[in-house]
Amino acid sequence: MIRDITLGQYYPGNSLIHRLDARLKIIVALLFIVELFVVNNFYGFVIATLALAIVVAVSRVPVGFIFRGLKPILIILLFTFALNIFLVKGTPLWQWHSITITYEGVNTALFMGVRLILLIAGTSLLTLCTKPLALTDGIEKLLYPLSKLGVPTHEIAMMMTIALRFIPTLLEETDKIMKAQQARGADFESGNIFKKIKNLIPIIVPLFVSAFRIAMDLAMAMEARCYRGGKGRTKMNEMKYHLRDYIGYLLMFAFLALVILSRSFG
Amino acid sequence: MSIEVKNLRHIYDKGLPTEQVALDDVSFTIDDGKLVGIIGHTGSGKSTLLQHLNGLLKADSGNILIDGVDITDKDVTMLEIRKKIGLVFQYPEYQLFEETVEKDVAFGPKNLGLDEEEIAERVKEALTLVGLDYEKVKDKSPFDLSGGQKRRVAIAGVVAMRPRVLILDEPTAGLDPKSHQDILQMVKHIHATFGNIVIFVSHNMDDIANLSDQILVISDGKKIMDGTPLEVFGKRDELKAMGLSVPRVTELMARLKEKGLDVDQDILDISKAEEEIVRVLK
Repeated sequence: MIRDITLGQYYPGNSLIHRLDARLKIIVALLFIVELFVVNNFYGFVIATLALAIVVAVSRVPVGFIFRGLKPILIILLFTFALNIFLVKGTPLWQWHSITITYEGVNTALFMGVRLILLIAGTSLLTLCTKPLALTDGIEKLLYPLSKLGVPTHEIAMMMTIALRFIPTLLEETDKIMKAQQARGADFESGNIFKKIKNLIPIIVPLFVSAFRIAMDLAMAMEARCYRGGKGRTKMNEMKYHLRDYIGYLLMFAFLALVILSRSFG
Repeated sequence: MSIEVKNLRHIYDKGLPTEQVALDDVSFTIDDGKLVGIIGHTGSGKSTLLQHLNGLLKADSGNILIDGVDITDKDVTMLEIRKKIGLVFQYPEYQLFEETVEKDVAFGPKNLGLDEEEIAERVKEALTLVGLDYEKVKDKSPFDLSGGQKRRVAIAGVVAMRPRVLILDEPTAGLDPKSHQDILQMVKHIHATFGNIVIFVSHNMDDIANLSDQILVISDGKKIMDGTPLEVFGKRDELKAMGLSVPRVTELMARLKEKGLDVDQDILDISKAEEEIVRVLK
């Protein structure tokens, strides 16, 4: 049950999107988020959707897999949709007692909905097509200028790598502890909210103990292999831009221009 | 109390590309009061089987009858199963969480809905049974104890529920030789006291041979052998082909025979082996 959680999941593949430089993909994903808020009319959304669809097709990640990531935000999605549709003032489209649905309301609600869906789908595509290690490597590289200002960029990247690496381990550990306490008759399902929270203590305490134990072991193992932080540390696989990455950057700017232009269409 | 497992099947990740058959048509019977050893490789399906016996996993098909009651039936409540069957996981010390040893051991009995007096009595009994000094440890934090002691406390937590079937998944894993022997003695002692069914998993064939009345061999999710220690360890070649081994005494007798010494092969006990070798050499 608990193992079904898929956070920042990677979908193994060898498509062009998978092979692109992580730095490029991070920048594209960030820019895509910004662009989604630059877009303000129908044509813009068509362009953004088409662009995303092309990237998805090239990545060969099953569409269903991407939409699975939308499930957790379904409530937020419906909530924003409902708020917009009922609360935005404008030309009435349909009226029943005090409830009015306006033309503008439907418009904003749809735009917000599509915007959120594209946002989640676009960003989850980043983690789906980039190995966690490449992702943190990319972040470290992109943050590098900040290290001149004294920001510990390598340490931040290392922390992210470790955090990502241990999500499945901790989930497995939780599963094990839950089963062990269930075997002792613990009940996690029934009771009111306070009782349910109290019932979590037999899981949380051992989980923390385990997490600290794992952390100590890992620190020891890293030290035993002479890890001493980022200073002077070189990489086994240096990140290098290829021709495809430069083309990627060009397409990114072309897309940006198109999105900005789209504002004047409507 | 008896256990009857019929055609048990379990598949992990059914319908996904990672689908894996963990148990394939496993059937066996365990009679009341038996001490049963289970052997098999890591990943052979042993742990999956144990979790089924405790109702923690749901079978894809097959039945598990405990005293004639089918626990795979939806009408049987989990508490009812866990009252009868106690399961001690691998490295059980990692599940300790209370402030004191006494409270931690009381967690199980409390969940059974027993009254204070009964709980106190059972905690005392369980801690004594696992070989700890009740007065000395009851107010200590479980996290201050040594590795071997922690494991005893964790086992006591299940023993205090007075299960009619006690299942231990590799109870001696990762312990030093002294604690290892102590835990084995403890298993024997609990079995003798309660006269219940005890099922334990181990990779140590000597322990399995010394303790068990009955041995189950699991490989690739299938039950390969089921019999007394002599029956199972008599099939040395088959076990070796599976990558398992036999007790050291059995191995010794087999090799002596290979070298031309006509010793009896049906021996699992070191002193009997000694007598037999002396007899043949005379």
